[in-house]
Amino acid sequence: MGIVSPGFRGRRRPAGATELPPGQYLTEDFPVLSAGPTPRVPLDRWELLVTTETDQQYRWTWSELMSLPTESPVVDLHCVTKWSKLATAWEGVSLDALLGGVETAAEYALVSSYGGYTTNLPLADLLDGRAWIAFRYDGRDLVPEHGGPARLLVPHLYLWKSAKWVRGIRLLVRDRPGFWETAGYHDYGDPWREQRYQGD
Amino acid sequence: MAARDETPSARTLVLDVPDWPGHQAGQHVDVRLTAEDGYTAQRSYSIANAADGGRLELTVQRVPEGEVSEYLTGVYRVGDPVEIRGPVGGWFVWRPAEPDPVLLVGGGSGIVPLMAMIRARKAGGSRVPFRLIYSVRSPEDGYYADELRTRARDDSGLDVAYVYTRRAPRNWPEPPRRVGVAALNTAGWPPELAPLCYVCGPTGFVETVADTLVALGHDPARVRTERFGPTGG
Ligand SMILES: Cc1cc2nc3c(=O)[nH]c(=O)nc-3n(C[C@H](O)[C@H](O)[C@H](O)COP(=O)(O)OP(=O)(O)OC[C@H]3O[C@@H](n4cnc5c(N)ncnc54)[C@H](O)[C@@H]3O)c2cc1C
Repeated sequence: MGIVSPGFRGRRRPAGATELPPGQYLTEDFPVLSAGPTPRVPLDRWELLVTTETDQQYRWTWSELMSLPTESPVVDLHCVTKWSKLATAWEGVSLDALLGGVETAAEYALVSSYGGYTTNLPLADLLDGRAWIAFRYDGRDLVPEHGGPARLLVPHLYLWKSAKWVRGIRLLVRDRPGFWETAGYHDYGDPWREQRYQGD
Repeated sequence: MAARDETPSARTLVLDVPDWPGHQAGQHVDVRLTAEDGYTAQRSYSIANAADGGRLELTVQRVPEGEVSEYLTGVYRVGDPVEIRGPVGGWFVWRPAEPDPVLLVGGGSGIVPLMAMIRARKAGGSRVPFRLIYSVRSPEDGYYADELRTRARDDSGLDVAYVYTRRAPRNWPEPPRRVGVAALNTAGWPPELAPLCYVCGPTGFVETVADTLVALGHDPARVRTERFGPTGG
């Protein structure tokens, strides 16, 4: 146990409430974390580009993405700035559907965004029904502040891995750190193991 | 250790941290509070001072019903131990070696990391021109008011402009308003100078200011933001 702060009681969660990852607290709001201004991406110029380790490219325009089967995951979000939000409802296309036809032996992915943001994760974490390209939140089109028109959604990792304004996924044989990962945040970012910063 | 009130609802805590590795202006720490039964809560707070040995200053705004901020601005007494982790953050930072002019735009408690940059500029002997636009509700709500007045006079190359959103001082030339195109044009830098822009405050404030800077022609890659949350749409 850490040093006790005299007189600190805190706001406990009721017994039986859903357990949160260590160090997280519950919020009903949907806070915004981004490193810069919010990019605006017109749909007629939107595309998603997957590039393999052999420089093969796979592209989807917005209407191509919309023609794919969608899923409606309801997931808990955990942000490294300590808030968690439970049971958020999304609609999107599973990455299994997008990457299923991509030929690759890569083990890592570097995801990039309109606006220049990047984040890295093992390719396996994008597969097996655990990641989506999401474009609707809570029954509405995803607003730009939260990553619209489309963002990556990988809810089992801290939310910075769920790149907003997603534009490309580069498949790599060797891991390459992204934006926050280069700035001292953890390479993997599992909230249940509290992997916030390098060395955690 | 010491504490001083900045406004009726904000308090600066001065902490002595043994083995503090030093920090860069703009970084923050994670503060972790532990109750007697082991329950813990953590929040992030920006560092307000320029690196100075093991001394660390945090300025905390009391948020009504706030779990951690009410404790730090109320119950906490000077000398009580707190657990700190950091420094954290490598993007929303300013280094004295940086050659470009700087625009700082802060809303409410968002002034804290910007104040660290102003202090680090002087401490590091930088002559890079700085402009600060500070948005506060009313004159009583400004942090570091005396120090900013003195520095605007003595730190050459530092300009300080206030924008009042609810109530302006007597004889202020304009009615209360929000930071928008007018303030960013008159008290900021023209985009052609390619300044580094740092915008910090509540989420809505940061969204609006950053969008406006981009609309005015600033390169999005040179607009760095820190959102204190949590009121995001
Ligand atoms: C990188 C970073 C740096 C930060 N630096 C500072 C700083 O230098 N000084 C500072 O005072 N704060 C700072 N914050 C905000 C701080 O971390 C806490 O969010 C804030 O103190 C509120 O925590 P709490 O436990 O008191 O409130 P909570 O118990 O978390 O919230 C109580 C209620 O208040 C609302 N609320 C929470 N935070 C705010 C807020 N900031 N404004 C308005 N309403 C709010 C919540 O939605 C909730 O309804 C920073 C945040 C980040 C992410």
